Amino acid sequence: MNDAVVAPTIEYGTLAPMLLVFGAAVVGVLVEAFAPRYMRKSIHVPLTLLSLAGAFALVIVQVVKGAVPTAPVAMGAVAVDGPSLFIWGVILVLSFVCVLMINDEGHFVASAAAVPGSADEEEAEAAGGSHTEVYPLVLFAVGGMLLFPASHDLLTMFVGLEVMSLPLYLLCGLARRRRLLSQEASMKYFLLGAFSSAFFLYGTAMIYGFAGTVSFTGINKALSTGSLLDPILLLGLSLLGVGLLFKIGAAPFQAWKPDVYQGAPTPITALMASGTLVAAVGALLRVFWVALGNLDWDWRPVMWAVAALTMVVGAILAITQTDIKRMLAYSSIAHAGFLLIGVMATFDKSAQNAKSLSAIMFYLLVYSITTVGAFAVVTMVRDPGGEAGHLSRWAGLGKRSPILAGIFAFFLLAFAGIPLTSGFFGKYAVFAAALASGSEAGDSLGGWMTGLVVLGVVASAIAAFFYVRVIVLMFFSDPAADGPSIAVPSMGTVAVIAISLLITVGVGLFPQPMLDLANQAASGLFIR
Amino acid sequence: MSPWLPILMAVPVLGAIVVALLPKGSDKLAKQATLLVSLVVLVLTLVMAVQFKTGGPRFQFQAVYDWIPSFGVKFGVGVDGIALVLIALSAVLVPIVVLASWHDADGTQSADGTLITPKRSVKTYFSLLLVLEAMMIGVFASTDIFLFYVFFEAMLIPMYFMIGSYGGAQRSYAAVKFLLYSLFGGLLMLVAVIALYVVAGKGTFMFPELVGVIQDPATQKWLFAGFFIAFAIKAPLWPVHTWLPDAAAQAPAGAAVLLVGVLDKVGTFGMLRFCLELFPDAAKAFTMPIVVLAVISIIYGAIVAIGQTDMKRLIAYTSISHFGFIVMGVFAMSQVSQSGAALYMVNHGFATGALFLAAGFLIARRGSPHIADYGGVQKVTPLLAGFFLIAGLAGLSLPGLSSFVSEFMVMIGTYTSSAFGSGALAVAAIVSALAVILAAVYILWMVQRTLNGPTAEPVKAFKDLNVREIVVLAPLIALIIGFGFFPKPLLDVINPTVTQTLVNVKVDNPAIAEKGAGQ
Repeated sequence: MNDAVVAPTIEYGTLAPMLLVFGAAVVGVLVEAFAPRYMRKSIHVPLTLLSLAGAFALVIVQVVKGAVPTAPVAMGAVAVDGPSLFIWGVILVLSFVCVLMINDEGHFVASAAAVPGSADEEEAEAAGGSHTEVYPLVLFAVGGMLLFPASHDLLTMFVGLEVMSLPLYLLCGLARRRRLLSQEASMKYFLLGAFSSAFFLYGTAMIYGFAGTVSFTGINKALSTGSLLDPILLLGLSLLGVGLLFKIGAAPFQAWKPDVYQGAPTPITALMASGTLVAAVGALLRVFWVALGNLDWDWRPVMWAVAALTMVVGAILAITQTDIKRMLAYSSIAHAGFLLIGVMATFDKSAQNAKSLSAIMFYLLVYSITTVGAFAVVTMVRDPGGEAGHLSRWAGLGKRSPILAGIFAFFLLAFAGIPLTSGFFGKYAVFAAALASGSEAGDSLGGWMTGLVVLGVVASAIAAFFYVRVIVLMFFSDPAADGPSIAVPSMGTVAVIAISLLITVGVGLFPQPMLDLANQAASGLFIR
Repeated sequence: MSPWLPILMAVPVLGAIVVALLPKGSDKLAKQATLLVSLVVLVLTLVMAVQFKTGGPRFQFQAVYDWIPSFGVKFGVGVDGIALVLIALSAVLVPIVVLASWHDADGTQSADGTLITPKRSVKTYFSLLLVLEAMMIGVFASTDIFLFYVFFEAMLIPMYFMIGSYGGAQRSYAAVKFLLYSLFGGLLMLVAVIALYVVAGKGTFMFPELVGVIQDPATQKWLFAGFFIAFAIKAPLWPVHTWLPDAAAQAPAGAAVLLVGVLDKVGTFGMLRFCLELFPDAAKAFTMPIVVLAVISIIYGAIVAIGQTDMKRLIAYTSISHFGFIVMGVFAMSQVSQSGAALYMVNHGFATGALFLAAGFLIARRGSPHIADYGGVQKVTPLLAGFFLIAGLAGLSLPGLSSFVSEFMVMIGTYTSSAFGSGALAVAAIVSALAVILAAVYILWMVQRTLNGPTAEPVKAFKDLNVREIVVLAPLIALIIGFGFFPKPLLDVINPTVTQTLVNVKVDNPAIAEKGAGQ
């Protein structure tokens, strides 16, 4: 027996962006422990922003140097390939923007442990307490988001999933206003999230039982030789699918989204609706394209049904919503469905795969940026009791505050996919990828892909209805007598809205540079 | 590379930005600036139009720039004869609409002091109008199908806000209905556009390169359906016409003119250019069902128009009838019928524009669109009544007025079309001729109830047209009468394009045979 412990090789340079974020998170915890209360925030904010910006810079350096590895690093645990770097860049930009919004006063509770409505709560609020732990928690969540889509084996992916989710469960419960709703959201998210994690873990075990390994390369290899009808494999496949589809909020696993989006503090909602979605779609792609790529005859028809159901459920249920954040949650469900169209625009060794991948990544980028901007606008429309969530309160906003309402209307048109906004090109890219894949010889789904795209445009038309309804409220209705006030935005919020507006307009007019980025990132596909 | 068309589109966009950025309280300046910009566009368009060579290549003033190479999309513009006359139509109508809408956003009160429309942002209205003008020019000028689609959908947004923010009592319902109908059709077209790109496999959306590429009849039929449904909703054809009366009745008169006069023409324009030339076999296969729908539109629109009590709704229904004629002319596929249809698109723009604006002036005086609220107008305001009458007569295609020429051409062209050698087209032409009688009923009955008879009490306080309103209506009436007697300049520009279309559709074309196999 050889007792010597071989030290694992870790490519620190390649993993630097992720390590920087985790390192800053740990430092943040130390700041919580040792820095005096009054100084904490002024340490946390620059620390958080600098680490995110630094991580982004490290990603850029890797891309510019062209040093994209062609094999998984860290003993085969993490795959830092083109798509990973692109997704990292997107997540880091999004989280940077969200931290600017979190930095805004008044979103978070003074003392989370105080019972809502109790004397303790009043006391904490009067004392001006605040939970500065928010910053390290966000950094941990972002770190998890970076690891989740880049992991190259199922166990690392599970770790990434949990590191991403646990801080988010907590953050959801920290809203300053309507605290019961917030705590309910946190509880629901935690319970359902724990369930889905269990599904994922159980699926991992089943797949391990089939393949004898959790590495994606190994699973891929096992599938190319083993029996594809092994029940343990099919069971593992479906359990893994449930776990991942839950995270992106695809129907029928979408029930948590509206409740959580509504209850969570809006900056956290923005982070979940953008960063988590990007990370989860990235992970979904990696599992289904890399590990289970040889099984596409089995999972693509199921994914077809899930995509169709998700689009339709999201679009139809959104119509009945009366709360702006719930409506945006259902809209996010519908968009998850559009993304799934892209996810299944692949088969075997199709030449279209790189195009489909690039389309998905482009869609993720433009959709999530617009989402963050939309939620930033939501934080500004306030009632005495907090944000004015109910749609009827938005009536006549266009008369009271035409610029803000105009910007929000533009974001809504981008969600609806009207030409000359970034959302249109996102949708176009995904639809085009699906039709191109379906028309290629050898695609088992063939005409079904066209059917899915037609269903997609029908869902888009339905979705347009509820986006347009908000515009009708804002511009064509008379303002309520005691309408909401428009908060004077902090510099952070202004920056968030400006950045997302700029990208939504800019990409809407000239999408080519962003498409180039996505194409370049997707050209090598995933490391297998 | 000719800079004409990009300049024509850039001028109104820049104008819109300038108008939108004007400081608060400069309403009058905003109006004047908009008028100036639209007049500049008109002059530029006319200067460009006279340089158009009728015997030259099909697409002139072409300019093609790379836009999105990843998708194979180019910013490709260029005009053929039909696109040119439709751009000219838009350029003529916009300054007229600007003048006609001078006070639309100011807030109006009726004679007895009741508020009809509240005060709204003037500069927003006029900058939307200029954005719309740029997009109208763009949609007709696009030679890249993707670019066409972008304008086709994007132009809904300014019109949506013009109806929704500045329209009548039911404006938000009408605006949403308008947007959703058009958007739905447009999205189906998007699928067809993508599929065309994929199936053609040419890596381009440029129209000239895609003509005749799709050969498989089944594929043609599906793609044809995707395009046709979008255009049928836009045009609008029975049974997907229901949004138009609502939208046109609720829109302010000026916006209604552009909606019915120009935006809807995109539908018939698209049928003629894209449905026919890209998918000729499918177009021939579907001809009879579409002609039947067109005839239903003609008769149905006319009959329903007779029953309307609201002037603007009545005009909207007459337009549905007229669009039926245009669609019938397009799908009858003879030189005469298609030239007539293309000419009809222009003439209908002038005639309906004049009718909507004259009705708008009446409504602005009384505050009510209901025919029953009027009577004896001609005794009080002879000038307004006179213009209204001539516009109405153009609407019923009286000989000597421009719409007569085109309607006659469509009917005779359909009757004599040899494209299918069947008597069915002749029957369609004969049935559609009934609409001429119905048109006399709906127009003359409206004229009788509003202009003639005992003068209603509130009408007595009417003032006749002021100078601005005369300047609005006079050019339209002049064009209606002018092209009624002398349509040749328009036809000279339109005919070669129609010939080219028929060559691409591969229809036996007597006109080509006479001239010796085309141009």
